[in-house]
Amino acid sequence: MKKKILIVDDEPNIVMSLEYAFKKQDFEVFIARDGSEALQILKHHIPNVVLLDIMMPNVDGYQTLTHIKKTNDFKDVKVVFLTAKNKASDIEKGIKLGADKYLTKPFSVKKIVSEILELVT
Amino acid sequence: MNNYALIFIIIIYLAVLFYIAFLAEKKRQSKWVNNPYVYTLSLAVYCSAWTYYGSVGIAANSGINFLPIYLGPVIAAPLWIVVLRKIIRISKQHKISSIADFISLRYGNNRFLGALVTIICLFGTLPYISLQLKAVSETFEIMSDDTSYISTAVIDDSTFYVALILAIFAAFFGTQNTDASEKHKGIIASVAFESILKLVFFLIIGAYVTFYLFNGTTAIYNQISITDNFKQLTTLSGVEDGFNWFFLIGLSFMAIFLLPRQFQVSVLENNREKHLKKAIWLFPLYLLLFNLFVIFIAWAGKLTFGSTQNAEYYSLLLPLENGNSFLATLVFLGGFSAVISMVVVSTLALSTMVSNNLVIPYGFLDKFIKNQPERNSKYIKNIRRISIFTIIISAYFFYISFSKELSLYSIGLISFVIISQLAPSFFIGLYWNRGSSKAAIIGIIVGFLIAVYTLVLPFTLRAYTGTEDFTQLGLFGISALKPYALFGIHFLSPPAHAFFWSMTFNVLSYLVFSLVSKGNYRERNYAEMFVDSKNFTTLQDSALVWKGEAYVSDIKNVLVRFLGDKRATRALKIFFTKYKLSQDTQLADARLINFSEKLLTGSIGSASAKILIASVVKEEQISLVEVLKILEESKDNIVSNKVLLEKSNQLTQLSSKLKDANEELISKDKQKDEFLDTVAHELKTPITGIRAATELLMDEEDDMPQEIKSQFLKNILQDSDRLARLIHNILDFEKLETGRLHLDMQYQDIQKTITKAISSTYQIAKKKEVQIINKNTHSFKTNYDEDRILQVLTNLLSNAIKFCLPKKGEIIVDYKLGNTCLEISVTDNGKGIPDEDHDYIFDKFYQSQDQNTRKPQGSGLGLAITKQIVEKHHGKIWAIKDIKNGARLVFTIPFK
Repeated sequence: MKKKILIVDDEPNIVMSLEYAFKKQDFEVFIARDGSEALQILKHHIPNVVLLDIMMPNVDGYQTLTHIKKTNDFKDVKVVFLTAKNKASDIEKGIKLGADKYLTKPFSVKKIVSEILELVT
Repeated sequence: MNNYALIFIIIIYLAVLFYIAFLAEKKRQSKWVNNPYVYTLSLAVYCSAWTYYGSVGIAANSGINFLPIYLGPVIAAPLWIVVLRKIIRISKQHKISSIADFISLRYGNNRFLGALVTIICLFGTLPYISLQLKAVSETFEIMSDDTSYISTAVIDDSTFYVALILAIFAAFFGTQNTDASEKHKGIIASVAFESILKLVFFLIIGAYVTFYLFNGTTAIYNQISITDNFKQLTTLSGVEDGFNWFFLIGLSFMAIFLLPRQFQVSVLENNREKHLKKAIWLFPLYLLLFNLFVIFIAWAGKLTFGSTQNAEYYSLLLPLENGNSFLATLVFLGGFSAVISMVVVSTLALSTMVSNNLVIPYGFLDKFIKNQPERNSKYIKNIRRISIFTIIISAYFFYISFSKELSLYSIGLISFVIISQLAPSFFIGLYWNRGSSKAAIIGIIVGFLIAVYTLVLPFTLRAYTGTEDFTQLGLFGISALKPYALFGIHFLSPPAHAFFWSMTFNVLSYLVFSLVSKGNYRERNYAEMFVDSKNFTTLQDSALVWKGEAYVSDIKNVLVRFLGDKRATRALKIFFTKYKLSQDTQLADARLINFSEKLLTGSIGSASAKILIASVVKEEQISLVEVLKILEESKDNIVSNKVLLEKSNQLTQLSSKLKDANEELISKDKQKDEFLDTVAHELKTPITGIRAATELLMDEEDDMPQEIKSQFLKNILQDSDRLARLIHNILDFEKLETGRLHLDMQYQDIQKTITKAISSTYQIAKKKEVQIINKNTHSFKTNYDEDRILQVLTNLLSNAIKFCLPKKGEIIVDYKLGNTCLEISVTDNGKGIPDEDHDYIFDKFYQSQDQNTRKPQGSGLGLAITKQIVEKHHGKIWAIKDIKNGARLVFTIPFK
């Protein structure tokens, strides 16, 4: 069974690179440009992992994570933050909200992929 | 009478006076010297030869016009209990030694003001003294039967020797003490004695003339009432005379306070405040008695001699005419007494002023600092002695060259008018704390100049040129400038007229400049002390907030130079005991500074005292912190000290301002943090894109399809552009926000700039098939920085293009002329600005929440930069709210 990943980010160029890399690893990739789109997708698909940016228009990363955490259907979904916010206080906040991992931009694609793989196998 | 006999009598009389003065000095504490009667009689120094002889002259020539000069003091007397008591208290507290000292201290020890008052007093008093000498000389001439001998040389003139003897008397008893604020008991006792003599002798001659030569008052009245113009002389004729009376009464009202000799006897020589209680009814009574027989002597003289040519000396001529040379001698001695007391007290007062307010502060201070105490006090005494001689001798020469022509009455009034120029700064300053030194100086000078123009100049010119052109025609022939009828006021007598105009302008200048210019801190402090003299004791020592560095030893050195070692040590000891300070205190505080200034004031005047003490004190501006400390330390004093309250209010305001500023800083800091966060985020985004794409492209194991490869390369290029743009904008914005950007203002055509902006965005508009319409094609020139306004327009245009729908988009650029500015608008038919965004679109990094499409490639700084540029041009930018579809942004460029 193919692993499913939902990439939520409002920057198309970044999304494109990640999409390419995860597809290479045989993931089924879903893409959302912000929190609200992500929640729409989650209604129909339950991914193994959500790769979530924080600073996005409309519904931001924190809100999206909170929503995922309180929905019982998503209790097995891993959530990983991938964001430019790299202050200690930001990281703490992310982990407290229940993120499984907190990764920062700019990133090495390889590193991201291996972190995610580690989480889902 | 024989000349020598007369001189012999004079010498005997003078010897008696010396002896009385000597006795009084010896028994300073005796009840005979210190009682309310002596005080009241000393006030009668007001009655000079002018009163003694002059009144009769006026009564004979112009009826009851001699009265206003006495009515002023009578009206003033009841007020003494309030006004004079206040003045006495202040003077005692501050060891004031003259009226010049008093006024200069009120305005913060202003040195120039003290000198100015001294000069005014000199101008006012010198002619007055010379008038007394004239009386001596003329009465001497009348008394002596040696009429053929007319002296022309100074050396032969008996008046000159009289003047010299008076100078010796004043110098001897006036400079017993270096401290001029010490009482002059000897002089006062002799003045009181003379006041008795002159009154008694005048009453005797009055009674003699009225009841012996004529058959009582009724008889004289019956005889005189049938002569010509009798009615005219005994009644006030109409409103004009009323005005004259009013101004003359006002004039003498001021004189009783301000004449240097009156200030000397009523304020400086006052022993106890309660003596005032007796003086306020006894002194008017004295004046009344003095004037009792004036009119009858005048009438009797008129009836006896027919002409009024020598009317001033009727009281002397009448007994002589009737062969009673004994009575005539008494009258002569009475007049002589009036002269002596006036001359001695006036010179004493003037010499103190000259030394303390003119000579010492303007030239001798340096000398004193280096000298020994004994030599210093000798110096001071010598300065005063020299002043006394100089003043009397100058008065003598003034008399020789001038006053032979003038009547006693006219010179007396000139003196009054000149002295009255001190009234506004003196009286108003006593009750109004806004009065400032600058205003006092300007008021006095203006008033003095007007008095000179309207009173002194006309008679001086007449005396020199012998013509009346100046009086008749006015300056340069302008009739509004006639000295006796300035601006057409012709119904007043010259002195009343001069008094009216000089006082009007003096008071006006004083009030206006006081309101316009506020005095410095020290000045306001003294003003407060004078005006609010009830709280005096709490105010005086601690009021002067002073911060500086001074050593007790330095201050003591200064004190020793003037007071001698013994007195200085004792004074300091008393001071330390009073304030419960240790006797070996090293650092001086404000109280000691004040105390020392006061100690020295008596010797060298307040202005000099301040300068001297300041020379050993490093005075600093008091800081607010210091004031705060003082406030906390002595809360009781604060309430009474409005100045401190003012400072404390300022402090409260300042601290709340500081709080605000701090909050603003904190919020700015927060904003700065947020800004940096956002900048970092915005920078990281394209870098992340570039890094990820590059990594993937570099993976050699990966067999990437060609079209994906080129897409990644395209992304990298795009992100690099974005990064470059972002950096450029950030730098631009930073420059604008910190105000480091300088506009290159040029006279430009706005139409050309708009065209340029449109053509620079033409490519992207074409790509999206959006139409841009340039609506107003007229050219209009104004001043602005073209590159920057171009940036604004390009920003607005690219924003408009961004939010327009492809193909249907239409953008209109328009401008119109307002009253004060050029108004330029950019309107699109895109999706418009959501209501909730209206207030934020000009914030940095604010991007619309509702960007449904892919995120526009903006830096988030565009509109923020635009706003900064517009505001730098002093213009405004805003988005129109009620627009049906699309958005309209408007900005203005003010005309310059």
